[in-house]
Amino acid sequence: MNVNGMSTMRLTDRAKVVDRRPMTFLESLYLWSILKGMATTLKHLFRKKATIEYPEEKRPFSPVFRGLHVLNRDAEGRENCTACGLCAVACPAEAITMEAAERLPSEENLYREEKYAAKYEINMLRCIFCGLCEEACPKDAIYLSQTFAPANYGRKGFIYKKEELLIPHPINQREAYEKALGDRKPAVKA
Amino acid sequence: MAEQTNTPANLKVTIDNITVEVAPGTTILQAARQIGGDVTPPAMCYYSKLEGSGGKCRTCLVEVAAGSAADPRPMPKLVASCRTPIAEGMIVKNITSDRVQEARAGVVEFLLVNHPLDCPVCDQAGECHLQDLGYEHGKEGTRYEFKRRTFEPEDIGPYIQLHMNRCILCYRCTYVADQLTDDRVHGVLDRGDHANISTHISKAIENNFCGNMIDVCPVGALTDKTFRFKNRVWFTKPVEAHRDCDQCCGKVTLWQRGEDVLRVTARKDEWGEVQSHEGKPGWICNTCRFEKKKASDWVIEGPTKINRHSVISQGHYLGLKKPTETLPAVMDGRDPKLMMDIHSVSEVNRVDISELPGPATSDNFKK
Repeated sequence: MNVNGMSTMRLTDRAKVVDRRPMTFLESLYLWSILKGMATTLKHLFRKKATIEYPEEKRPFSPVFRGLHVLNRDAEGRENCTACGLCAVACPAEAITMEAAERLPSEENLYREEKYAAKYEINMLRCIFCGLCEEACPKDAIYLSQTFAPANYGRKGFIYKKEELLIPHPINQREAYEKALGDRKPAVKA
Repeated sequence: MAEQTNTPANLKVTIDNITVEVAPGTTILQAARQIGGDVTPPAMCYYSKLEGSGGKCRTCLVEVAAGSAADPRPMPKLVASCRTPIAEGMIVKNITSDRVQEARAGVVEFLLVNHPLDCPVCDQAGECHLQDLGYEHGKEGTRYEFKRRTFEPEDIGPYIQLHMNRCILCYRCTYVADQLTDDRVHGVLDRGDHANISTHISKAIENNFCGNMIDVCPVGALTDKTFRFKNRVWFTKPVEAHRDCDQCCGKVTLWQRGEDVLRVTARKDEWGEVQSHEGKPGWICNTCRFEKKKASDWVIEGPTKINRHSVISQGHYLGLKKPTETLPAVMDGRDPKLMMDIHSVSEVNRVDISELPGPATSDNFKK
């Protein structure tokens, strides 16, 4: 058989010709083969494990990992989102819906601009975590964090509202805010 | 012009190597519009339906390579095409001239010096001529580092929202007030950097045709208060409709979300101007624009044709074929138990925004 011929290109030199001779008496006892197999098993017992004990132990995320969405606040704790709708129009899965409202004079400490998202929903069943919403956002208001969407028993739990998406307040809930921020840089003062 | 007496009925003018015959007295811009397409210079202040408009914004600058057949010397400076009448044998360069492109990019940058880049908040975004112009010339960012010209917000009545910070002083709205309404109560006050559109003194603009100021405004300085923050333009569906109106032509575009009519505007032509019907500009009255916000008030003709490159055509699936629901047929009309109805979970669309007279506030969302 011409393995080096023009018709078959060898990618590795690990190819072996199959030995089809009948087994000898010693071989038919399988003893040597069993011992060889046991040795492989034993060797793996002392090797480094490939699995980890999630959730006690967690693997580090890649810095570009795209997980659950977070709605951002600025350094003073005002919501960044102005309900401009660019995330919704960029979303290929049409997972994002929102409703805008005008900020009242008494709400200037809550929202950064005169218009804000009164309702903001992401359907995590539709979301494909592509991150186009993050790229489209002109206000740095939405980003994809390094967490998964937690499992749920019903579909209803996957319609994420503003309560689930908003980052904790950076002044009132300092610790939770920093935890939510993760590896990201803290919000820069405008 | 001295040679006016013996000129032929039609004058030949060449714009970007395309020759067209136009009537004497036609401006370069109008001649270019007869050719159409990319050859037409953009216009921010000129409005063919408003007498006396134009000559202010300088975005329509073109190069005249030959003044006329009789005097083929080029004009030394770029000229405003909306105000320059053509002459026999004139040769005009618009997109074929690098000088024009460079000058226009400069003009756009100057217009954007004081224009706030608040498109995410602005209701005009998506149909804003300044936004288009900025992106066409790669000037969507800003190099300006100083404080922009700002004005105190002024309330000019229940229908029109004035954002003076966004105004580029094109004067179109004052021409509308002069030419369509019987008394103009607003105008440009103060001078230079302080020049601003205002009413004298804090008067509401309530004339029956004042709503047309919203349509002529090339930026988001005058927007519809009854549509304010209700939805983004590209999430609404434009639909042609008409009704019998004793005050105006009654031919409008409805901007719908589902069955709700969120906004009513006049129909626009390819230049972004109000369409003409039987030779007359199709201005619409305030009753049609602000009071008739139900689909049942209108006879709907069909969807408006939108350029497919426009953001407004985003997500409008033409010729949509919905698949037939197999589950109810298989299950004797019952729905599967584990199916989720998104409307029972979602909190969006709980408040009927089209019923509100103005923008929604947090009060509307409290239960």
